[in-house]
Amino acid sequence: MKFLALVLGNLRRKKLRTALTVLSILVAFLLYGLLCVVREALTAGVSMAGADRLVTRHRVSIIQLLPQSYTARMERIPGVAAVAHQTWFGGIYQDPKNFFPNMPVDPARFMDMFPEFRLTDEEKKAWLSTRTGAVVGRTTADRFGWKLGDTVPLQSPIWGTPKGDTIWNFQIVGIYEGAKKNTDASQLFFRYDYFDEARQYGRGEVGWYTIRIEDPDKAAEVAAAIDAEFSNSPAETKTEPEGAFAQGFAQQVGNIGAIMLGIQSAVFFTILLVAGNTMAQAIRERTNEIGVLKAIGFRNGTILGLVLAESCTIAALGGLAGLGLCWVMTLGGSPAPAVLPVFYFPPANLLIGVLMVVGLGLVAGAFPAWQATRLRVADALRRSV
Amino acid sequence: MTSFINWIQQVASLTWFNIRTLPERLGSAAASVVGIAGVVLVLVGVLSIANGFRQAMVSSGSPDTVIVLRAGSDSELTSGLGREETRFIADAPGLARDADGPLASAELFVIINLPKRSTGTDANIPLRGVGKTAFSVRGNVKLVAGRTFEPGRNEVIVGAAATSQFAGLDLNAKLKIGQNEWTVVGIFTADGQLAESEIWADAPVLQAAYKRGDTYQSVNARLTSESSFQEFKDALSLNPQLNVKVTRQSDFFAEQSEAVTAFITNIGVMIAGLMALGAFFGALNTMYSAVASRTREIATLRALGFGRVPIILSVLLESLCLALLGGVVGGSLAWLAFDGQQSSTINWQNFSQVAFSFAVTPELLSRAITWSAFIGLVGGFLPAVRAARTQIATALREV
Repeated sequence: MKFLALVLGNLRRKKLRTALTVLSILVAFLLYGLLCVVREALTAGVSMAGADRLVTRHRVSIIQLLPQSYTARMERIPGVAAVAHQTWFGGIYQDPKNFFPNMPVDPARFMDMFPEFRLTDEEKKAWLSTRTGAVVGRTTADRFGWKLGDTVPLQSPIWGTPKGDTIWNFQIVGIYEGAKKNTDASQLFFRYDYFDEARQYGRGEVGWYTIRIEDPDKAAEVAAAIDAEFSNSPAETKTEPEGAFAQGFAQQVGNIGAIMLGIQSAVFFTILLVAGNTMAQAIRERTNEIGVLKAIGFRNGTILGLVLAESCTIAALGGLAGLGLCWVMTLGGSPAPAVLPVFYFPPANLLIGVLMVVGLGLVAGAFPAWQATRLRVADALRRSV
Repeated sequence: MTSFINWIQQVASLTWFNIRTLPERLGSAAASVVGIAGVVLVLVGVLSIANGFRQAMVSSGSPDTVIVLRAGSDSELTSGLGREETRFIADAPGLARDADGPLASAELFVIINLPKRSTGTDANIPLRGVGKTAFSVRGNVKLVAGRTFEPGRNEVIVGAAATSQFAGLDLNAKLKIGQNEWTVVGIFTADGQLAESEIWADAPVLQAAYKRGDTYQSVNARLTSESSFQEFKDALSLNPQLNVKVTRQSDFFAEQSEAVTAFITNIGVMIAGLMALGAFFGALNTMYSAVASRTREIATLRALGFGRVPIILSVLLESLCLALLGGVVGGSLAWLAFDGQQSSTINWQNFSQVAFSFAVTPELLSRAITWSAFIGLVGGFLPAVRAARTQIATALREV
């Protein structure tokens, strides 16, 4: 502590250089943070998947429908605790650009299956008693300024329109909150019974099933049993854990995710290299001062500590500010809720960021510090620059 | 006039001096070149993805072809047309004809799941049911291996990009889709267009396999000329038996690619912008320390009679050279690493994969090099002014 003044004094010596170095480190860590946020957003489905849930879809592809009657048959399979289904509705609110996922579900089964979509008891009750009722996630409700009681018109190019209407009208009876930060609160769910009666074709069919199993360790066996139940039928199934299903979707985006990660590392290390070089140079310029310190009796350990304290201070100033700025920027929610409904800075990445800040400080300071401690006093004093 | 020539000479000799002494300052110079090369590499890399995707999509539609969907649908997946409707569309005025009749192709569009070669995970691939007019409407579909499917049989031909991205699509391979088995009898190219990401089968066979009755999802047609679009569109909208949406293929694909391209471009520009800011601070730092370490040298030059402006210009030129070097290095690396890279991503509009290759175009490279020159100039300006403003006497005294 007694050398604090010395460390701070050294930093103030070339204010501009210190400021520029701090700024470039800030930018590097801000970028690191934002890319973590984007990556998390792209793979949100994978991390929110329940370990005890399976997804069953048509074997040929997800756009092929399955009979709703499979519900009862699935429930009879040993190991299956609960079954719920969803169907892609593809409803458009005013303009295709306002995209958000919307799906008909069986409300009771759905609420039991997905406790992560939090509704109050009154909202649950209202949904069960309102035929045209729908519940929507907080993200989408805020995006369009919808409130409880509002009527939302959706146009569906896939299923046609209810008789006597040109569009589907849904009454908002609940706005759900995600139980966790990575819960996707952008979807709208409405009632399957109303949907099934009003649509113009595909009656009695659903998109895919979610199945809760009693024992997560038996996931593979139960999945095999479900697929065996429907094999050689006109609608064969493919069952996999919810995580694998979501990952399959995320991987459809392709190696673009991987490329972004590659870029993240390239960028990050380029900037750090440049900043580290500047920090090292600042120390190198002071070789003869270090010689003086040694001449008046400073120990090598103390000098090493001083140099590291200086470089760590610079790294911390820039790095923590960058991480903090990124965190503040994500507080406001997603700038593009249609594409990235989940948007937050994962705490694990924040921790890794802090560790990297420390690492940068140590690495950038270590080499010149090590050089300084090896110097003989006489040589150091003779050297200028 | 002589003073001007003298001035130019001063700039030239100072710049040459700066560049000659660069090896003395190798560390810091290399750092700024690397920093700027990094910016350019990233910028070009990310934008080449968006570029490649857009090229694959947009080049797929020519302005003299149209696509007709059911009104209200924005992709083939959500559209549906009955046999009757497709006949009305084919008979509308404005369409080109050959010996067999109008160049209109009623098509069926479904999606199947196949494992990707790269990851082994399932992804969606379009399976298109077509008739023989599909080939004449597109005009650029060429079989490169095997033969075309025979009508009425469970045979498919596969686009070249689809073969390279998906497992199990090799020539003569058997493909089990639901309860039907299909044989791959041919592989085709389509000038790198979207069709290369697809599998084609005989429409009536596909209708039967998917229990679609006698319905289709789109009609793709060739116009007699670009300008007959309006005539064709008007005829369809005046027909009370039809409720359809007519789009030029070029507009249709541009619209379909909009979301993905905008997403990639926005992220790319955000990353590259932040990085450029980081590199800018780095470049500024490098130039400042370069100038600071040469304070005495510059003062000596001033004492010898070199003017302020030539000193400013020479420092700027040095910075510009370093930045351009960085730009060229970064651009070349990006070109080597990214150009022609095969990839595929999902087109959210119809949930199916589009295979494309990254495109590092000359335009993209020149844009990146402009960026780097800009960073270099801005980064060099302040240090240059500072160098010129140094008091000769003080500077000479400085250690």
